[in-house]
Amino acid sequence: MSAIPAIPPAYEGEWRTPYRGKVAMFGLIIGESAIFTIFVVAYIFYIGKSLSGPTPQQVLEVPIFITICLLSSSFTIMLAERALARNRLSGFAAWLGSTICLGLIFLGGTAIEWHELIFRDGLTISTNLFGTTYYSLVGLHATHVIIGLAMLSLVLVFALAGRMGEQHAERFAVLAMYWHFVDVVWVVVFTVVYIIGR
Amino acid sequence: MAENSIPLPGSIDLAPARESGGTLLEWLHEWIVTVDHKRLGILYILYATFFLLVGGAEAVAIRIQLAFPLNHFLSAQVYNRFFTMHGTTMVFLVGMTFVFGFANYIIPLQIGARDMAFPRLNAFSFWVTAFGGLLLYYSFLGGGGLYGVGNAPDVGWFAYAPLTARAFSPGHAIDYWALALIVSGFGTVGTAINVIATVISMRCKGMTMMRLPLFSWLLLVVSGLTLVTITPLTAAQVMLVIDRYLGGHFFDTQAGGSAVVWMHFFWIFGHPEVYVLVLPAFAIANEVIPVFSRKAIFGYPAMVAASVGIAFVSLSVWAHHMFTIGMTSFSNTFFVLSTMLVGIPTGIKIFNWLATIWGGKIRFATPMLFCTAFLFQFLIAGLTGIMLAVAPWNWQLHNSYFVIAHFHYVLVGAIVFCIFAGFYYWYPKATGRMLSETLGKWHFWLFLIGFHITFDTMHFVGILGMPRSIYTYEPDRGWNTLNFVVSSGGIIQAIAVLIFGFNLVWSYFHGRVAGNDPWDAWTLEWNTTSPPPPYNFVQEPVVRSRRPLWDEKHPEDPDWGYEE
Amino acid sequence: MRRFRSFISNHRFCELPGRLALALLWLPGHGPQSTPSIMAPASTPAQEIHSLSYFVLSITGGIFIVVAGLLLYAIIKFRAKDSDSEPAQIYGSTQIELAWTVVPVLIVIVLFLTTARLIFAIQDAAEPPSALNVTVIGHQFWWEFRYPKFGIVTANELHVPLSSSQDPQPTFLSLLSADVDHSFWVPQLAGKTDLIPNHPNSTWINPLQPGMYVGQCAQFCGVQHALMLLRVYVDTPEQFAAWVRNQQLPAMQDPSVAAGRQVFETQACINCHTIQGTVATGRFGPDLTHLMSRQTLAAGAMANTPANLRQWIKDPDTFKSACLMPAMQLSDQQLDQVTAYLLTLR
Ligand code: HEA
Ligand code: HEA
Ligand code: HEC
Ligand code: CUA
Ligand SMILES: [Cu+2]
Repeated sequence: MSAIPAIPPAYEGEWRTPYRGKVAMFGLIIGESAIFTIFVVAYIFYIGKSLSGPTPQQVLEVPIFITICLLSSSFTIMLAERALARNRLSGFAAWLGSTICLGLIFLGGTAIEWHELIFRDGLTISTNLFGTTYYSLVGLHATHVIIGLAMLSLVLVFALAGRMGEQHAERFAVLAMYWHFVDVVWVVVFTVVYIIGR
Repeated sequence: MAENSIPLPGSIDLAPARESGGTLLEWLHEWIVTVDHKRLGILYILYATFFLLVGGAEAVAIRIQLAFPLNHFLSAQVYNRFFTMHGTTMVFLVGMTFVFGFANYIIPLQIGARDMAFPRLNAFSFWVTAFGGLLLYYSFLGGGGLYGVGNAPDVGWFAYAPLTARAFSPGHAIDYWALALIVSGFGTVGTAINVIATVISMRCKGMTMMRLPLFSWLLLVVSGLTLVTITPLTAAQVMLVIDRYLGGHFFDTQAGGSAVVWMHFFWIFGHPEVYVLVLPAFAIANEVIPVFSRKAIFGYPAMVAASVGIAFVSLSVWAHHMFTIGMTSFSNTFFVLSTMLVGIPTGIKIFNWLATIWGGKIRFATPMLFCTAFLFQFLIAGLTGIMLAVAPWNWQLHNSYFVIAHFHYVLVGAIVFCIFAGFYYWYPKATGRMLSETLGKWHFWLFLIGFHITFDTMHFVGILGMPRSIYTYEPDRGWNTLNFVVSSGGIIQAIAVLIFGFNLVWSYFHGRVAGNDPWDAWTLEWNTTSPPPPYNFVQEPVVRSRRPLWDEKHPEDPDWGYEE
Repeated sequence: MRRFRSFISNHRFCELPGRLALALLWLPGHGPQSTPSIMAPASTPAQEIHSLSYFVLSITGGIFIVVAGLLLYAIIKFRAKDSDSEPAQIYGSTQIELAWTVVPVLIVIVLFLTTARLIFAIQDAAEPPSALNVTVIGHQFWWEFRYPKFGIVTANELHVPLSSSQDPQPTFLSLLSADVDHSFWVPQLAGKTDLIPNHPNSTWINPLQPGMYVGQCAQFCGVQHALMLLRVYVDTPEQFAAWVRNQQLPAMQDPSVAAGRQVFETQACINCHTIQGTVATGRFGPDLTHLMSRQTLAAGAMANTPANLRQWIKDPDTFKSACLMPAMQLSDQQLDQVTAYLLTLR
């Protein structure tokens, strides 16, 4: 073959393709967004359509504090990423730990909120359309937080066991992507449920 | 040398031995634990083929029942279960699994990769999907169902609310339907993600996106579309399960819930889904038609653009399934427009195929026969689609057999035909032997005749006012003869399919040995042995154009000279 | 009012190419009355749709002839005769590709505009004061018809007055559902519209030829969706007036069948059926006050004959398995008596 003159180079420069982990996580996020979109649309469509109380105005308070916690966890995980990339492992573990704590506080807050709604206001998923849509949407998001926390904790275990290093930075970045997504979704849920819906 | 040349075709002895030594058990175990994309691809395809037979058998039963007015072959209940299971099976267990079967087997070979991006995820997805299918069919076997009540789903594949509510569907038929599809949905999403990651990240040196073979390009689009298509269905079905098990009210019309919301959610899934099914058919045609016309595909960039265009437009047309639910005249008008717009990118594809054939030297081997029939049939199916998109006419045609005819023209006339084409085209690569051309011709002509007897006639039954989903009809409606004709065609198709099944088995043992490149084709999968070794390529290929093997075979006139 | 008349007396557009397409496709133009062919319209909306369909058929038919013709020519002309050399490779041509993008765009615009015009014409047609209003309520698996103006409640067989472009007597139907989705479809009169629980819909018909028109439920609604048949009788003004007068009467009180009536009123029948002027006020099943004025029983499941009626009451499943009326386990004597009683309800 090399007998044929003037074979152009197959490509200019070094041949690189995107990191498959990032691509896959991006795909997952697209899919997840579609799921959330459906639930959010359902929530908005059913606002004020309940035939019986209680209504959001009566029972919902705006969960400012836990929202701040969750959003700031996006920031701490970013610092964790940095630390890992620079191979500062203790810093990494610290930031990762605080991310997990913030996530747990958020879950705790939700748990308290639900407990009050159920036992103080008698609002369950079967009470009325508001109950159905509210628990499904917020619950769906909470499940994602739980999954995220599970994976983060796993990483923390490895980190404390000294099994993490900068060679894992790219993979951890993928996990961070997911966590950022969970936070962004909360911004949407928060606006829909506690601002528009109330 | 190695740098600027494609590795020479590996010699036959590289092909793995046909019967892997060892006991049957070991062999079985090997297949169950495999993470090799080729084996998983074959598993997917066998699984789909099996359910094609089952779904087809259900269709044949449906047709026997409808062959005569007031027939008593199936009871009302059984008929409703059969048409529901037929539709659900054919769309989810046949269509989707064929798509990802071919994707799994072909894409890594075509882009010069050694495997999918995530082999283990790949295996996981397949087994999850498979489990979903079995769960769905357990509703038949389980007779009484899990808790002694209910049976196979009987509410249509669209499962309109509130018929699916506990009040109207006690028992567990609906639960099987929802849970089975949720489960297999996870598998589908997993594979879709895998395909995307593979095509984007695993391409061999030099295979830029504009050199990607169209088959891989379209399956990339399909996978992207799948991500935003299956997930809304999953969401809606989760809501349905919440309604049925936790007493939710999403679709509970007694408590202010809305039946229309379900329709929207279902068709937001349902319409893009049909393009998820048809784009792979296009993908196969994009490989077969050029090779058998001996010409490069006409207007490659336009083909890519059209596919992406179809995917996007198809997200905005869902309510053309809902013209009769009493939407405002404005929204009706909007969905008429968006639906008709799909005709434009689709038209571009048809014309490009026409231009590809034009001036070629067409070899009518079985794959090309199926693709030729596909061109005509898809043209007709598309045009009946346009007729249905004319909202006022749709008020008449909706839920009539005209619709059934329209979508079987696509689902069978386009998709099943192209899948058969794909079988005849790639079987040699997967098994090392050719499918018998004689049996292939019989299969083609019989299936073609049966198809047209059945589905051409169906249009007229619909125009004479016969609605779908009815297990029987009055003798004085003037539908008797036509229905009998339709049914007889179904039998002929069945015979053809049985011949095909026989061909698959017979040729595996007695077929002509294929060699690496039986069709004198141009994409990388033909550059390795048949069947390919586990690692696919002796050394990672390097490509300079869309048709690396053409460059190889025609050094005097290589493709790269013509591509930007 | 004027707007309405001017609309219904509207001429059919594109009759000629339509007929042409028809001849090409050989569609059965007319069938016996009992064939609900959408190609044999007898009422304004159906007729308008019918002529639009000719127009669309001719355009799509045209596209088919051109494209299929080219395909056919290509596969015949370009069959491989020798296989020694490869044909010339052509990779694309912007001009051609542009051409076959623009032409379809133009076609789509035409199709869209004609379609849009008819959507608005039919969906937003103003209701003339002369119009008759009927409420249609879908049940698993039968139809309830209520005439608020006349205080009539009946089932499965709708009677409407004949209309004409001189003095339009259209019937406007408001569509409700008592349980699941159904769809009201009488192909010769109008396109279908769904009956959806707590999503009220409406449609209208303007029948221009007297006669009986068959239709049936067109949205899968459960086991017996197939036997949810429907009849529309288009009566001349006199016939219609007579029918209304009869329906408005209370139920026949014939002492000779008192025993049957006694059975009916002591059985659960009254929980589900209404018979005007008796204690039977159930709403779950069809109103039986003038049962004998109907040609069929149980939404067209069978002809309304004494034998069928008796068998139906004995065991509905023989005609309509798993329909929502239970077999009432009556003794043969009770059956005879009840049947005799119902047979008097003209
Ligand atoms: C793979 C499957 C597939 C595909 C590809 C399509 C393609 C199309 N379908 Fe179809 N459809 C189904 C599967 C499919 N459909 C199914 C399963 C249902 C029923 C679901 C159910 O109810 O159970 C359905 C139902 C359905 C309906 C609802 C019917 C009803 O229930 O009332 C409508 C209405 O608009 C419709 C329209 C179209 C259109 C406009 C296209 C277009 O994509 C067609 C585009 C192609 C062409 C137009 C031909 C080629 C173009 C040219 C030659 C260019 C020139 C042409 C023009 C300018 C017009 N389809
Ligand atoms: C890919 C999708 C696909 C395919 C391939 C088919 C194939 C066929 N379909 Fe299907 N059909 C649908 C998708 C499909 N269908 C959908 C989505 C619906 C809507 C369901 C709903 O409304 O809910 C539907 C509904 C539907 C109806 C309407 C039912 C109703 O509304 O009452 C009818 C009626 O004729 C029908 C007939 C057929 C026939 C004759 C075939 C033939 O092409 C089949 C040919 C036969 C075979 C391919 C296999 C034959 C093999 C054997 C018989 C061997 C024996 C095997 C064993 C004993 C195990 N189909
Ligand atoms: C549980 C409720 C219920 C009871 C009790 C009941 N019916 Fe019915 N009946 C129905 C329903 C529902 C239908 C409509 C069935 C269909 O068309 O699907 C019906 C239909 C009928 C019809 C046909 C009406 C028509 O317009 O075609 C007759 C006649 C009838 N019932 C008589 C009786 C008699 C007599 C009894 C008592 C011996 C009785 N029914 C008890 C629910 C009931
Ligand atoms: Cu009522 Cu179908
Ligand atoms: Cu569609």
